[in-house]
Amino acid sequence: MGSRASRLLREEEIEEIKKETGFSHSQITRLYSRFTSLDKGENGTLSREDFQRIPELAINPLGDRIINAFFPEGEDQVNFRGFMRTLAHFRPIEDNEKNKNPSATEPLNSRTNKLLFAFRLYDLDRDDKISRDELLQVLRMMVGVNISDEQLGSIADRTIQEADTNGDSCISFNEFIKASFVVNIHICTVVLVLVNI
Amino acid sequence: TNTYHLSFHVQAEMLDFLLFGALISAVDPVAVLAVFEEVHVNETLFIIVFGESLVNDAVTVVLYKVYISFVEVGAENVQTADYFKGVASFLIVSIGGTMVGLIFAVILGFITRFTKKVRIIEPLLVFLMVYLAYLTAELFSLSAILSMTFCGIGANKYVEANISQKSRTTVKYTMKTLASIAETIIFIFLGISAVDKSKWAWDTGLVSCTLVFIFIFRAVGVVGQTWVLNRFRLVPLEKIDQVVMSYGGLRGAVAFALVVLLDGEQVKAKDYFVATTIVVVFFTVMFQGLTIKPLVKWLKVPRATNRKPTINEEIHERAFDHILTAVEDIAGLQGYHHWRDKWEQFDKNYLSKLLLRKSVYRKSELWEAYQKINIRDAISVIDQGGNVLTSARLSLPSMASRASFPEVTNVTNYLRENGSGVCLDLQVIDNIPGAKVEEDMETHHVLAGNLYKPRRRYQSHYSRHFMPLGEQERQDREVFQRNMRSRMETFKSTRYKRHKKERSLKKVRRIKLQVTSPPTSSCDSLSLCSDPVVVPVETEDKAEHSDPEKDEDVGITFIARKAETPKQRPKSGCQIPLLPPPPPAPPSPPPASSSPTSEDSHLPWKGSLGSPPPCVSLEATKIIPVDLQQAWNQSISSLESISSPPAPAEPVHPRVSALSRLGGPRPASYTPPGSAAGSTFSIGPQVSQGSFLFPDKKKEEEEEEEDVEGEWLRRCSRSCLP
Repeated sequence: MGSRASRLLREEEIEEIKKETGFSHSQITRLYSRFTSLDKGENGTLSREDFQRIPELAINPLGDRIINAFFPEGEDQVNFRGFMRTLAHFRPIEDNEKNKNPSATEPLNSRTNKLLFAFRLYDLDRDDKISRDELLQVLRMMVGVNISDEQLGSIADRTIQEADTNGDSCISFNEFIKASFVVNIHICTVVLVLVNI
Repeated sequence: TNTYHLSFHVQAEMLDFLLFGALISAVDPVAVLAVFEEVHVNETLFIIVFGESLVNDAVTVVLYKVYISFVEVGAENVQTADYFKGVASFLIVSIGGTMVGLIFAVILGFITRFTKKVRIIEPLLVFLMVYLAYLTAELFSLSAILSMTFCGIGANKYVEANISQKSRTTVKYTMKTLASIAETIIFIFLGISAVDKSKWAWDTGLVSCTLVFIFIFRAVGVVGQTWVLNRFRLVPLEKIDQVVMSYGGLRGAVAFALVVLLDGEQVKAKDYFVATTIVVVFFTVMFQGLTIKPLVKWLKVPRATNRKPTINEEIHERAFDHILTAVEDIAGLQGYHHWRDKWEQFDKNYLSKLLLRKSVYRKSELWEAYQKINIRDAISVIDQGGNVLTSARLSLPSMASRASFPEVTNVTNYLRENGSGVCLDLQVIDNIPGAKVEEDMETHHVLAGNLYKPRRRYQSHYSRHFMPLGEQERQDREVFQRNMRSRMETFKSTRYKRHKKERSLKKVRRIKLQVTSPPTSSCDSLSLCSDPVVVPVETEDKAEHSDPEKDEDVGITFIARKAETPKQRPKSGCQIPLLPPPPPAPPSPPPASSSPTSEDSHLPWKGSLGSPPPCVSLEATKIIPVDLQQAWNQSISSLESISSPPAPAEPVHPRVSALSRLGGPRPASYTPPGSAAGSTFSIGPQVSQGSFLFPDKKKEEEEEEEDVEGEWLRRCSRSCLP
């Protein structure tokens, strides 16, 4: 990465990102300016603190988890490519894409990948299963202080019970997809809105 | 001249119909906005509808006046030049009105800066200045409504920061009451006119045509303009938005008021117009107003779901909402806009300095606020069947050591006095019924009631009949605290891992200090006490430092002491010492009661570190009130300075953790003395680190520093009060 984060994004890079993520040119440049504005250290990468500086994330129950999702395994910095790759999961699906090369690798914002993103937020230890504890953690984050631990535990138990088909009292990715069937449809219609005011 | 005969009764000319068209098109989407508060719609839609209602009153009135002037002259005398003059006058009137409003906004902001000693006048000043804006605009024949509107918009930020909490409440309540009264009176008048036959004349053709046409043409107008707009928008306005916008075009008070004001001599068809307007208003308000909510709900429901969602679906759907909100925030939904940020810079450097007050902190306000918060939270927890001592981790103010405030009684007595049937005696412990959730229903009920809601970007305070509850604030506070705590712990653990190597087995003396004044723990740096006495409750010797697991038990809470300034401040009796941190620095933890060292004397948010990039302040404006933004920015950038190599900059900072008090101190923050849950205490090292960085800040910044700090305190107390 260049030493000045305020350097302009090169055309070739934009093309590459476009191919990889499917964002349009203007969206990429817009997101790049956002990236540079977040990058206080001006070294072309974002650290966790740069994300934590966004005030709205501090009042989002899953805020810190989502920040972690931007960072690849074990790393503390994310560059613009990585940033865009993660954001690409939420790009709206355009109709004309469905006609494009169907044999190519699944686009990042496909239904499965969106669900996989969410699944990985639950599954911290990356063992491809959501255990009861992991579910409890997420539930605790999402729920107010009025629910006791026992109540929460029973909710978690019921959740697993509902979704678990192979009886290992964990939720695997396939079970997750099936269990959130309706939500499945829901998230495909809820898109990342890049408002052009 | 053409005379149109709808029937044999109505005699009106082109100009008259233009006039009528202008006044009947004024939309009053009160009902629509009320629906939006219940059914969450696309926020762009909300902005559009609300914006229209704000500005269209003015536009209608201006157009009305232009046409009236034409009518007075008489249609035959209108020349081409007059049309251009009409257009020009429209522009002048609108823009002129706006300018007048903005000028008065500046004046109002400036005046409220000095009203500290005369709090009781503040609401009066607000009303008077706005009324003055109205009168001035009227004086120059400019648009008075726009003038008032923009006076309010412009002054909002500064006035809100300057005036007291009670004044704010007063202004808000009074405005809503007045608006309610005015609207009611108009509708009473309308009702009376409807039965008073002398005031109107019926013409079936006119009425029916009007009803049909306003609906059709509104839809046409909306669709057409949306089509044009969508070509420039990255995300188009959808069908449902367009439907809501068209259907939500209710006519209301403005149309009726304008039609009644017509001069019967010059507009011969006035009575017919009055009748039509009455019918239109009735019809739209009753029919469309009542049916819009079901319509919106019906349009929004995803077709596939007829069955009740399973628990999985509920949870995951909510999780996805949070995820999406977060990703939107990360991607910077509002974008980096050059002009908006330029405005922010200008505002920060000039306007805010001019219009915002420099205030002195008031400790008594803060203490009362704290007290009220804690007790109120206790009551609310009890009322919901929670167990005070365990579930909410509620802590009662440490009363024993707070001799100078004898009115703090224990909570049980307080509750008894207030008639609550709850008993908080230790012996009586309510057991939350064990979690034998048998039914799906109950689980759903529990979940639905307690899952956090995703953040709505625009809080709807705009209803005339509705005062918003603080639900969102409560949720924000809880989540904020939780997040900050976990971030802190991460920071600590990473930090300790680093310093583990650096440190030898030297003993580090950690002092656990019990702060006597209530705003402890998460707001250590700003605890206020009338005397700088900090009572050491426990002293722990930490044998070795290499045990990061024991973070919980140790740490220093300290109180930030205000610097001794050359300028004498009457109320700054409170000394707020800063303690240097034990971990990074060589272990030398002086107790807080010692006099402040010179390097401690600067509170972390003092001094300017240069202006942060505009983007940060832009985001910060959403969450953090204006007077805290500087501090927020400073705190963030200060922590970067910490990270001279070893530690990562940790955005937990006294100011930041103090932000959790924006809504009031949390029950979870305060643990009774001696409790083991000292995680709150462990804010100490981090806070001190942050604060330790500014030994070299200039003294001349103190003027401003005080303002920010005082502002912060006032803001806390203000938002603390119920």
